[in-house]
Amino acid sequence: MSDFRDFRWTPENAREAERIIARYPKGREASAIMPLLWLAQNQMRDETGIAWLPLPVIEYVAAQIGMPKIRALEVATFYTMYNLKPIGRFHVQVCGTTPCWLRGSDEVFRACFDRGLKKGETTPDGLFTLSEVECLGACANAPVMQVNDDNYEDLSYETTLAVLDALAAGRTPKPGSQIGRTASCPEGGPTTLKELA
Amino acid sequence: MLADRDRIFTNLYGFQPWGITHAMQRGDWVDTRALMAMGQDAIIAAVKESGLRGRGGAGFPTGMKWSFMPKEPKPDRPSFLVVNADESEPGSCKDREIIRHEPHKLIEGALLAGYAMRARAAYIYIRGEYIREAEVLFAAVEEAYAKGFLGRNACGSGYEFDVFVHRGAGAYICGEETAMIESLEGKKGQPRLKPPFPAGAGLYGCPTTVNNVESIAVVPTILRRGADWFAGIGRPNNSGTKLFQISGHVNRPCVVEEAMSIPFRTLIEEHCGGIRGGWDNLLAVIPGGSSVPLVPAEQIIDCPMDFDALKELKSGLGTAAVIVMDKSTDIVKAIARLSYFYKHESCGQCTPCREGTGWMWRVMERLVTGDAEPHEIDLLLDVTTQVEGHTICALGDAAAWPIQGLIRHFRPEIERRIARRKGFVAMPEALPQAAE
Repeated sequence: MSDFRDFRWTPENAREAERIIARYPKGREASAIMPLLWLAQNQMRDETGIAWLPLPVIEYVAAQIGMPKIRALEVATFYTMYNLKPIGRFHVQVCGTTPCWLRGSDEVFRACFDRGLKKGETTPDGLFTLSEVECLGACANAPVMQVNDDNYEDLSYETTLAVLDALAAGRTPKPGSQIGRTASCPEGGPTTLKELA
Repeated sequence: MLADRDRIFTNLYGFQPWGITHAMQRGDWVDTRALMAMGQDAIIAAVKESGLRGRGGAGFPTGMKWSFMPKEPKPDRPSFLVVNADESEPGSCKDREIIRHEPHKLIEGALLAGYAMRARAAYIYIRGEYIREAEVLFAAVEEAYAKGFLGRNACGSGYEFDVFVHRGAGAYICGEETAMIESLEGKKGQPRLKPPFPAGAGLYGCPTTVNNVESIAVVPTILRRGADWFAGIGRPNNSGTKLFQISGHVNRPCVVEEAMSIPFRTLIEEHCGGIRGGWDNLLAVIPGGSSVPLVPAEQIIDCPMDFDALKELKSGLGTAAVIVMDKSTDIVKAIARLSYFYKHESCGQCTPCREGTGWMWRVMERLVTGDAEPHEIDLLLDVTTQVEGHTICALGDAAAWPIQGLIRHFRPEIERRIARRKGFVAMPEALPQAAE
């Protein structure tokens, strides 16, 4: 797949694409562009190890739903989660918005920098791409970072290092709170509905 | 404090599984058909009587919104319910807990709300970053179909209703209702001019109502327990229970369901273990998510946390995303970071917002270090009023208000930094650092 012009859905994803298109009324297939682009980006990750959308892949998706290429490209460029250039195997997205910043997101960044990650860049070994992102919607568990499909929450300098080191060593650290909380329950146990805990 | 028996979201933290078996044990999907048998107008009337105001930030009465929908949709123009699960307002993280731990409350609510407003289907638009949460939601919708609760004969009522999940892909602006509709149609998420309002011409040009996740998820419980029960919680015109999301400088940040109008002090003491460093260490609070102006400590400590009380403080309840800042906070930098957020998230459609958010952020960055002239504070304030109200959607307002709140309450701090930079005053201790 040198220039990605031979990109085709896997049989499984071809069925998934049909299911996605069926969610929208007839004649409204354009609605499927976002989930289809996401599906294509994930297939790219499975096939090449890198989750991104080269132009021929965007064109392939657009053709399936009869959308002009330029319209599909407009969508792909408007939304931040479509990667229009190659990224590392792990996309480390650290939230830097105020609620995370108040809880120490600068320390999370420091840990990333100390492992050689740079904002907006991919490490030379192709392992990590670091992005500062806007609010990830997990503010009661700040500071937060998302690595590929999982969140790591309640981070500190040390636990961020631990997550990065585990990923680099080929392990999958346990997602969620890194201080052992259950979701957004107060640390130390719930203050409500205690008998259900 | 709200009694446990009055809490709607009994699995808020996911101590129990989210699946349909456990959800039904918690009371979801129990004789939903009987609730539908109340009749469409009776459901709308009950939601009106409950006093439920939209939980997405604006606080518009939910039942009234539903009543704007056509009573007899035309076959070629079906009505739609769009559930706004694009939770992206900094500070907000409540819909996430509903989706991943109580998805069946949302899906059952979507059926009941959709039925009441004569909608053919609901689209739940979930933000792209909620990847695991969307997986739960897709699976929960499939469970509901498998049980016959959705589809051709939903819950045996004879009413046909579908629920679809649509994932976003990282754009705050898609939380604005008309941008969400554009995005659902497969376009860039750029807001539409209103009118026409979505109830007249929304998704695919058809009548559409957009409601927040929490507004929809509380509906089944309101119908089961009665409008009076819900209306009896909180102050008049601010009724019900509410998911509060407390972040920042409290000892134990959390999401918790409480009675509307709970005093700020009680909320923090009971559920968050107090302010870090004690109450004397509280500097300011952003009570409703990043768009609302901050409130200084002395004004908020005993304030009831509801729509009207916070409006009186020239702020707002918003989504009840309570961002707490103690005295270690560089307050100018905290707001400057929000200015960066709005610059980043402006869709670029309207000039005052596209240009203004970047301009305001750059001035804010200079105010952080004091690298400015004193008259620029008034200039900045003036520009915020030129952005506010001059754009298609409210993102311009949302970018302006935090800055206005900062200047209203912390002008001396900004002036002090400018003066210090110019060498007019003796250099005090180093700039305060952000927490931790």
